[in-house]
Amino acid sequence: MFTEVFQQYSWTVEKQSIYDKNLRDVEIALAKTKRTYEDFKALISPAAVPFLEDMARLSFLETQKRFGKTIQLYAPLYLSNECQNICTYCGFSLDNKIPRKTLTAIELLQEIAALKQMGFQHVLLVTGEAQQTVGMDYFRKVLPLVKRHFAHISMEVQPLDQDDYKELLQLGVNTILVYQETYHAQEYKQHHPKGKKSNFRYRLETPDRIGLAGLYKIGLGVLLGLDDWRTDSAFTALHLQYLEKQYWKTRFSISFPRLRPHAGGLVPKSIISDRELAQLIMAWRLFNNEVDLSMSTRENNHFRNNIIKLGITSISAGSKTNPGGYAVATKSLEQFEIDDKRPVHEFVEIIRQAGYDPVWKDWDSVLLA
Amino acid sequence: MIQVLKIADKTFSSRLFIGTGKFGSTASMEEALLASESELVTVALKRIDTAIRQEDALLNHLQHAHVNLLPNTSGARTAQEALFAAELAREALETNWLKLEIHPDPKYLMPDPIETLTAAEELVKRGFIVLPYCHADPVLCKRLEEVGVAAVMPLGAPIGTNQGLSTLSMLEIIIDQAKVPVVVDAGIGAPSHAAQAMEIGADAVLVNTAIATSAHPKQMAIAFKQAIIAGRLAFEVGLPSRNVNAEASSPLTSFLTFS
Repeated sequence: MFTEVFQQYSWTVEKQSIYDKNLRDVEIALAKTKRTYEDFKALISPAAVPFLEDMARLSFLETQKRFGKTIQLYAPLYLSNECQNICTYCGFSLDNKIPRKTLTAIELLQEIAALKQMGFQHVLLVTGEAQQTVGMDYFRKVLPLVKRHFAHISMEVQPLDQDDYKELLQLGVNTILVYQETYHAQEYKQHHPKGKKSNFRYRLETPDRIGLAGLYKIGLGVLLGLDDWRTDSAFTALHLQYLEKQYWKTRFSISFPRLRPHAGGLVPKSIISDRELAQLIMAWRLFNNEVDLSMSTRENNHFRNNIIKLGITSISAGSKTNPGGYAVATKSLEQFEIDDKRPVHEFVEIIRQAGYDPVWKDWDSVLLA
Repeated sequence: MIQVLKIADKTFSSRLFIGTGKFGSTASMEEALLASESELVTVALKRIDTAIRQEDALLNHLQHAHVNLLPNTSGARTAQEALFAAELAREALETNWLKLEIHPDPKYLMPDPIETLTAAEELVKRGFIVLPYCHADPVLCKRLEEVGVAAVMPLGAPIGTNQGLSTLSMLEIIIDQAKVPVVVDAGIGAPSHAAQAMEIGADAVLVNTAIATSAHPKQMAIAFKQAIIAGRLAFEVGLPSRNVNAEASSPLTSFLTFS
C-alpha cells in the first residue's frame, strides 16, 4: 500500500527541497528526456518560472507525440448532493443548509438524454458521500441505465472497499477518480473533521484498492490551495510513480481543481495563479508523457482556450455541478461555481480552431465484457 | 513500378498502411490518406460509434473505393476482450480483416505476446483475416504464422516514439524466416526509417504518429509514399553488398594457382 512509501517522506523536507531548487536544477531537468521525481520538483519550483516558454514548447511537443492533435471530451453528471461529511471547502458539506437532492431513475434518464443531445459519449458520475441513500444499492440500480447510453463511464464517488470497486467494474465503470485533497495529514484532519472522509489513511490507500480491483483508469489530484500546492503536487507525483509500478495495467489521470468561491466560503491557504497552474500542468507532462491531464470548467474561458495546447488531454464542457442541472432543473445548489459557462458546441469550435480534433468516443463498453 | 503486395485474398499496389488516430481533424486525415495513396487504413473500434455507423465522422472520411478498412482492437487488455471487440468490428464495419492489438500496459503500449497468440488462434478459427501487432520476436512471429495469421506486424520501436528501427536485427530474422508478409508497425518516425524497412525486405509499413502529428500531414504522407517506393525498388533490384574489408593487395589464395 502507498502508506509504506508515504511514511518515508516528510512534508517539511519535501517542501523545503522544492523551494531550494535553483536555475541549474531546472536547466538539468529541461535537458533530459526521461525526468525523475527530483526533476519534477525543480519544474514546479519558483526557480522554473523564467523557463515557462521552454516548458510550454516541450510540453506541446510531448503531448502531441503521445496523444496526437486530439482533445477528449467528457461531462460530469451529478447524481446527488447528499453528503455525511464535513469538508470545509465544499458546497455539499453536511453543515451547509442547502436543498438536498438525489436523482430518481426517471430524472437520471432525463439528464442522460440532455447530455446525449449535446453529443457526449463519456460521462463522469459524481456523488457526495451518503452511504445509505447513494451507496452500492443505488449504483446497482442506476449504472445499467447509464451503461446503455454511454461508451465510457467514469465515477467520482466516496472511497469504497475493493470488492465494491470490482462490482462497479462489472457494472460497466471504466475509471474511478479520487482526490486526496491534501497529503498534509494534519491539514487534512482540519478540513475533514467529521464523517468517513476524516480517515486520512483510508483515503490515501483508496487508489490501491481501485488498482487491486482492476479498474482501467484511476484519477488522482489534490485540491490546489488547501495547503502548499507545490508540495501537494510533489506528493501526487510520488503517488503516481508508486501506482504505475504497482498496477501496470492501469492508466492514470491527473486533475487540477483549484479552491473556488462557494457557499462555505473557505479562503485558500496558498493561492495558485494562472501562470503557476500552467507551470504545474506543463511540469506534469514533462515528468510523465503518458499520463492523462484533465481540466474542468472551474477555469475561465481564456485559460481553457489556451491550455489545451500545453499538455491537457481531456476536458469537460457545458458542465452543471448540481444534480438535475442539465434537464431536471431542480433548485439544488452546485458543488462549485463554474467559470466557463459556454455551451459545449461553442467550446468544441474553439478546440477545432486550435487545430485539434475533439474526441467524443475513445472507448467501447464491448471491451469491458 | 514495384511488385504488388498480396495479403490473404487482397492485393495492394501501395506498401504504406496508415493509422487514423492523432490527426488534428478528420478532414486533414482524409487529405493525408488520399495523398499517401494507401489502400489499407487501420481504425480503432473504440473510436467508432457503432450505434450510428452511417453518421460516424471518422468512417465517413474513409469511404473511398480504393481504401480498405482494417479495424483494430486497441484498448483490449486480454484475448477475451479482443475477441469481443473483433466480433463487434466485423459486424459494424462489415469486414473480417482485423488488426489484433492487445496491450495490457497502457504506459508503453507493449503488446502481450501470450494473449495475442491465444486470440489469434481463436480469431483465425472464427474466420477472421488476422494481422497481429506483436514484438519483434522471431519465434513469436513463427508461432503466429503457425496458427494461421495473414501477416505479422512486429514493432520497429515502442509505439509513438519515432525512434525508427531499433529492433533492426530481430526484424531481419523475422523477414528471413517469414512465410507470411511482414508489416513493420510502430516507431517509424521518418521517411528514411520506412525506406530502411523496405530495403531490408519488409513487405509494408504502418505509419501513424509521424504523419498525423506533422505540421503538414498531407506533405508528410507524400514523403512516406515516395520513401517506401524508393526503398522497395532498391530491395527488388538488390542493393549492392557492402564490403567491410578492403581487398588484400596480395591475395591469400594466390598460392593455389601454382598447384
